[in-house]
Amino acid sequence: MNEWSEKYGKYGVLEAKLLPLGDSAVTVQFGETICRQTHDRVRQLAEHLEGHRFAGMIEYVPAFLSVTVYFDPFEALAGLGDGADPSGGADPLALVAGWLGDQLAKLEDAPQRTPSVTEIPVCYGGELGPDLPEVAAAHGLSEEEVVEIHASADYLVYMLGFAPGFAYLGGLPKRIATPRRRTPRLSIPAGTVGIAGDQTGVYPIATPGGWQLIGRTPDPLFLPDAMPPALLRAGDIVRFRPISRAEFDRREAARR
Amino acid sequence: MSMIILKPGLLTTVQDLGRYGAQQFGVIVAGAMDAFALRISNLLVGNDENAAGLEITMVGPEIYFAERTLISVCGGDLSPVLNDREVPLWKTVVAPEGSLLRFGRVRLGCRAYLAVAGGVDAPVRMNSRSTYLRAGIGGWEGRSLQKGDRLPVGAASPANRALTALLADEAEADGVAFSRWSVAPDLLPSYTANPEVRAVPGQEAALFEKDSAVRFLNETYQIRTESDRMGYRLTGEILRLREKRELASAAVTFGTVQVPPDGQPIVLMADRQTIGGYPKIAQVASVDLALLAQANLGERIRFRSVSWREAQRLYLIRENGIRMLRSALAHINAGVDGKV
Repeated sequence: MNEWSEKYGKYGVLEAKLLPLGDSAVTVQFGETICRQTHDRVRQLAEHLEGHRFAGMIEYVPAFLSVTVYFDPFEALAGLGDGADPSGGADPLALVAGWLGDQLAKLEDAPQRTPSVTEIPVCYGGELGPDLPEVAAAHGLSEEEVVEIHASADYLVYMLGFAPGFAYLGGLPKRIATPRRRTPRLSIPAGTVGIAGDQTGVYPIATPGGWQLIGRTPDPLFLPDAMPPALLRAGDIVRFRPISRAEFDRREAARR
Repeated sequence: MSMIILKPGLLTTVQDLGRYGAQQFGVIVAGAMDAFALRISNLLVGNDENAAGLEITMVGPEIYFAERTLISVCGGDLSPVLNDREVPLWKTVVAPEGSLLRFGRVRLGCRAYLAVAGGVDAPVRMNSRSTYLRAGIGGWEGRSLQKGDRLPVGAASPANRALTALLADEAEADGVAFSRWSVAPDLLPSYTANPEVRAVPGQEAALFEKDSAVRFLNETYQIRTESDRMGYRLTGEILRLREKRELASAAVTFGTVQVPPDGQPIVLMADRQTIGGYPKIAQVASVDLALLAQANLGERIRFRSVSWREAQRLYLIRENGIRMLRSALAHINAGVDGKV
């Protein structure tokens, strides 16, 4: 049977692999390793899809290496299929892959949108960051040094997922990369900033987890009443700014 | 209009067809596990397919309707009873004022869907009324229903009113009426215990040992008790990769079958996370998600491989059928009686 399952090709200036995710989604994958260049490709396509849609397209999800486009096959067939008979061997996946290939061929060589820089205030250490002493000790650093290193880097938001508004951040300095805790905590409060291996991140909602907790932000990352419902989006740059406990309390009180 | 929850049941939640448009921000889709059943129940009362209804799990609630309400119960057969009269599934039903809807023994499946004309008027959060249990938002106060909840019912549309008037004429002395029309049996998924579920190869299917790929399709997998709306954890033959590999996390969807390092597959369901990092061995064909949604803990599933083209063909046939049902109901509404 000569059906489409996976296409690898050059589209204009880009190389990409198109593969179905079941019967109602297609993934466009740009590379095999997580890196800045692949991330830029992901962003380019995501930006393009903000302004270009096909009938039946529901939404798209950017990830480390790929963008997945979800659609309703019935609507996609009606919109892209020139009135093809739904019963007669129609192939909406191939139609959507064709459309995506056309879009890829139109993309420029670099993302157009300048990334926004978001500053996240963090009260480090103390009861809001109970693992800071352990992280410092593990690297032979003082707590102040860990804070300084953590707050001096620029972090890239590769994608959101795991929890609503949770950003996968790249760029944690290796000097403070720390393995997860051996025993996960049952509940970590929303806003907690943690380190797990070479990742750092902020818990948007209370969840169980094994991260090393080094501080907490008073700013909400998940905004269920806003659109978009998240403080960050893929492609953004994040910087952490140390704040005092007094400022933390003041900002948190102001939110209520 | 409102309905009052006298007993909540095991896990009764407000669901529509899901929360779309915010997955890129990590917001899960949620929505009805058996979306087919919710869609049909909505159509049968004259609602939009996406209206919010109740998803009722295993042990049903007791619901009091103070006013006359047009309802429909579809999906799993949890022995619904309205004022001591057995309620047939897949039909339109008039619940007279002051009536009580209860549920009993599980006869088939595990999730029943209750649609009410006008829909459950829970607040819309991020374009949906679905309950997002883990974040505690959406649905009714972000949680499963509790005793004493009073759920508002949306204003009746002309279609709701026409169907109510049509059926109320046929009501018996107790005010209860069941429609003569029902859903054509060939439109219904072949609900059964221990279902066979059709699937296409997953994006990483080629990374698995050949033996594992064969076993996955030839053995049965049992649904473990830790399974929930997020995912079904399965027990069966261990599935192994040809070589150990770390994958970059990527988007997943309803019915994605992923395999964590312990080799026991997990099928992602309505409350799945938006992205996942485990290799995907298979993807359940959309038409068979309803069968999976109705499979009970402890039941055995067998996966059968189909081509993408076959999965799409089945999808299009199903959607065609639903559209035909929709227009048949519109005909009934227009005063032309007939069979649906």
